[in-house]
This record gives sequence, C-alpha cells and structure tokens, in this order.
Amino acid sequence: MERILFGDNQFFGINHMSEEKARQQAMRFQDIDNIVDVLQSALHAGAGGFMCTTHDTIEKIADRVRADREAWKGFTFYPGMPYAHKYANAVTELGYFDAMRKFLPSEGLVDTMLRGGKAVLNRDIEGMMTLLVDAEMKMFRGLDTPVIFLQNVVTDLVQGLGIVDAFRIFAEHCKKRYNAEAGFITMNLPMLLPMLKEAGIENPIVCANVNKIAFRMSGGIEGYREATTKYPARVIAMSVLGSGAIRPSEAIEWVVNEPYVESILFGASSKANIVNTVDLIREHDAKRATSAA
Amino acid sequence: MAIKIAVVGLGKMGLSHLAIVNALDHFDVIAMCDTSSIVGGVLSKYTKIPFEEDFDKLIALPGLQAVIIATPTTTHDWMSRKAIERGLHVFCEKPLTLSSAVSEELAAAADAKGLVTQVGYHNRFIGTFGEIKKLIEAGAIGKVTHVQAEAYGPVVLKPAKPTWRGKAGGGGGCLYDYAAHPLNLLNWYFGDTAAASGALLKSGFSAEVDDEVYASLGFADGVTGQLSVNWSDPSVRKMTTRITIWGTGGRIYADRQEIQVFLTGTAPIPETYRTGWTTKYITELTPPVSYYLRGEEYSAQMEAFGDAIAAGKGAAENSFASAALTDASIEMIRASAQDGGGIGSFGVTEAAPRKAGLVGRILGR
Repeated sequence: MERILFGDNQFFGINHMSEEKARQQAMRFQDIDNIVDVLQSALHAGAGGFMCTTHDTIEKIADRVRADREAWKGFTFYPGMPYAHKYANAVTELGYFDAMRKFLPSEGLVDTMLRGGKAVLNRDIEGMMTLLVDAEMKMFRGLDTPVIFLQNVVTDLVQGLGIVDAFRIFAEHCKKRYNAEAGFITMNLPMLLPMLKEAGIENPIVCANVNKIAFRMSGGIEGYREATTKYPARVIAMSVLGSGAIRPSEAIEWVVNEPYVESILFGASSKANIVNTVDLIREHDAKRATSAA
Repeated sequence: MAIKIAVVGLGKMGLSHLAIVNALDHFDVIAMCDTSSIVGGVLSKYTKIPFEEDFDKLIALPGLQAVIIATPTTTHDWMSRKAIERGLHVFCEKPLTLSSAVSEELAAAADAKGLVTQVGYHNRFIGTFGEIKKLIEAGAIGKVTHVQAEAYGPVVLKPAKPTWRGKAGGGGGCLYDYAAHPLNLLNWYFGDTAAASGALLKSGFSAEVDDEVYASLGFADGVTGQLSVNWSDPSVRKMTTRITIWGTGGRIYADRQEIQVFLTGTAPIPETYRTGWTTKYITELTPPVSYYLRGEEYSAQMEAFGDAIAAGKGAAENSFASAALTDASIEMIRASAQDGGGIGSFGVTEAAPRKAGLVGRILGR
C-alpha cells in the first residue's frame, strides 16, 4: 500500500466544516474534467493511490483511465463500498425486499429466495452479499484494485450488530474474486480490531480518523494506541487535519509519529494544496527517519 | 449494571438504534421485534440477538427494563402505552404520536411511574444546535425577535409507490417526518408554539402527503418565526437543517457543521465569543461518544437515555412531554393550512387538492 493516498470527499460536496464550501466544491466538480485535473495533479505529486466511493461519477473516471493507461501509469483505485446513500434511501423508500430487487443484478433472485422461504434465504444471504459486492465492483472492470474497502457506515453497523461473519465473507470474497485485500473504514477502531481478529482477519487494513485533536476518534488517542499494540493492524489515517481545525504542519508532524499509522489519506481541491501536503508528509517522514537512526 | 433493553421495528432507524445500543456499555440488548419474521429470523441468525415477533410477549420478557420503539408513527401510542403500563422506560422515534393530547397522556402516565421517556429528536444532541440553546439562555443576542427554521433533503424526488411514510393518515409526509425536527428545535429554544398562520402544505411527487411545508409561527414574548421545509430538494446530499435567529443584540446562524454568531456588544458577551463575528465548528463543539454510527448525536441520545435511567429521576432531555409540544405545533400548522392557508398539489401528480386553498387558487385549480 502507498504511504500517501488521495481521497474523493471533495468531489462530492462533502466537507465536514462548511456546507457553503461543500456546495462550491460540488459545483466545481460536476464538470468531470475538473476532477481529472485534480487527480492528475495528485498522481504527479506522488499521491496516485485513489481511495474512492462507488459513486456513479467514479465510473466515468474509471472509463478515462481505461481509455488512456499511459497517462494514468501509477494511478490505482482503492474502492470503498457501498455508496451507502443510495441503499439507505432505497430501503426507506421501497422497503428491504424491493430495495434488494432494485440492486441485485439477477432480478429473479430475490423472488426465488422469498418463494423458497426462510430456509433458502438464510442459506443464500452469503451469496447475496457477494453479489452486492460484485454489482459495486463492475465499474472497475479491467483495473487493478489491490484493496477493497467497506465504508464506515456498513463496517460500523455490522460491528454494532455484532455480525462477525459478514467481515469474514467480505474478506474471503475480495481475495477469491478480485485477488484483493479487504480494507475496513471505521469510526470505531479500538472496538473493531478485536472483532476482525475474531473473524479470522490477521493484521487487517483499517482506515480511521487519526488526528491530534482526537476529532471523531471513538475510544480516544490512547484507545487507538492500546488497541493497535494488542491487535496489530495496518492503519490508514484519515481526517488528519481534523477537518481543518489543526494547522497542516502540526497535524502532519503529529500523525507521522503515531507508530501504528502506515498510510495517510487526504483530500484536496487544488494542485498547490496537494503538493504542500505531500511535501509535508515527506518532510516529517524524513525527520522521523533521521531521529530514529 | 447494563440496562436490559429491546428494540421494536427493524427499519432504517431501528437497525441503527439496535447497533448503537448493542455497542454501548450502558445496555444489554435482550431481544428485538418486527412484523417481518423473515427480517427478524435472518438478523437473529447473524447477530445472535433473540427475535420475538409478538410485541406483547416481547414486553413481558423477564428482566426487561426498557424498549426502543422505531415503528411507523401510528403504532407509537399503543406500543408506548403498553410499555409504560409494564413499567418499562421508553425511547420512541419521532414524531411521538399523531395527537398532542395522547402524547401528553403518555408523558403523564410515565412520569407518574417515574419512568424515563425520550423521543428521537437527535438534533438536540448536535453541538451547534446545543450551542444556540446556550447562547439564547445567556441572552447573548439580546431580545430575540425572529427565527427562521429550515430543513431540506432529497427524500422524495419522483412519484413512487408509497410506503407508510407516503400514505395519508399514517404519520408520513414532510410535516411529520421532516418539519418535526426544526419545529422541535424551536420548541426547545422558545417553548410551546403560541400561533401558526399562513401554513402551506404542498404535495408534488407524493400523491397522498405533503412534500413541502411553510408556515409563520408565534412564540412567547413576541418571538416570531418562519418555517421552510422541503423534502423534495434534489440539490442537497442529505438532510440539511438550518436555524437563523435575529435579536436586538445580534444574529445567530447554525447548521450541522458550524455556528456563526454576530454580536453587537449591547448584550453580555459570553466567554469565548467577541463583538462582531465568531465562528465555531462542530469539531470543537462535539464531545466524543464511545461508539459512532452516522453521527455523534445518535449515540449521544442513547447514552443520555441510559444515563437518565441509571439516575432514576425520570425523563431528561427530549422527554415525551417536550415532544408533545412538537406534536401540538404540527397540529397547529395542519389547522392553519386547512383554514386560510393552503393544501394542494403543485402539479406533478394528477391528484386533486383536498381543498382549494391558496396553492390551489394560485395554480388555478
């Protein structure tokens, strides 16, 4: 996995500080060429690992990459699924079964299962989960996806409900079907790690908020340190700037020195901000290496 | 000791509550309940949480202390009543019931038994909206004159086969489902609604219920307000709630992410604020929760419910009594819309307006 990963929140009107700024970004990035420009800047700055949702727009980016592989050499998709809003809205709008009918690729499947009653449904739930993964992965056909992430809404819902099996099913399917490792985005890292171990996933890839002000770090900074000592994991730090509440240099210096952090995920909308952030990470990595030596 | 709790209704909110209480140390989930035995059976197999299809049997489970009711609104009254009769603490989704009188009765019945009641108006647990409450109570913007409460979201964007949320008489529609949230904040800040006038309940994509709600409101001490809520707004990604308050000493604006406060200095300036603009972000206003799902507020409200039960002093924040004020506000808006306001379609569906109110007249129907 790359040391530096680039995220996609800014492209979809997601900003944890300001609704106005989020709207400005949504306006700018409705033109896909503007997204492509930013991604090219990230690639050339050394942040070519792109952690993205399975939003419809990403499919268009994938089309661009497939169309000109040379221009995108070194650019890698790290998909995170599902794009949860569409499922949540569909379940509220249609109910569980009509929502499943809407999303499952083979339309007759849900009906067959319902006709078969509870026994068949229980047996096929694993198959249904993997079919949903496949439906989301279609947009990345022909592209290398070394890690496939489960979005935090799903990871944390599954975790809260205590459905340990779901993590195992997801991880096994990623390996078998996509030769990829499973990754887990979570807002509850210290609680998740023991459960992933229980699911048989050793040294998991976990993406979570890691920032100096402990913003949205459930369990707190000490909780993270203890959990990762006890249950080793490859942690991708996100929200490292605390949504802009910490000065970038201070934020990066702190995060590179958290021993469990393997990669750093960040998002930015301008070339200058991308280059600055990448430079800061490299600078503080170098300092840490020197002081360790 | 962990509170033995059960979750009733396994839709979107029920599942979310189930995951939260299952993760929090405050609670021990001993059962879940739903009308669909298929959904219950599958969930029970994977979560190992026992499933009980019959509500009466569920509330009779030995040792049960509390229930979370996340079912369609029309069932809230009898489920809450039975649970209270059984001596259970009740957390119920919003709106509480379709009648403020019934809501008040339920509140009184629970209070008489010293039970904790709470309704899922989670905005009160969002740091920015809580900050408004503190500023108003401190008199930071002097005498409040007017408030604008808005909520927009992309819930109904095309004509669709309605679930209970889209059916008339079932507690669905933008007023019950969406407008209830900002109304509840207004009742929190300014007390009960004294007057509602010029209300518009407009249907568009929904054939049976309203998709847009607009109304003028009055509160004690001459505070006036305007409500503007539309759940058919395609431009926002998810529910977006905004509150703007004007006073003789300044202005407050807040949404889920930030609070922007302008103070003239003619009223006492609270600590950490100054004359002119002060902006605070959710990052500094949000206390951490021990388990996070979809937003701190959802866990925070459950932690508060657990804490209130442990404290043994009856209902705390978002009590049934406080939710009854919001049910009353909803009734007043409906009454205003029927009497001099407007109820009707703006022409997306063919359904005729129930009554040719203002909207009907504007559209020539």
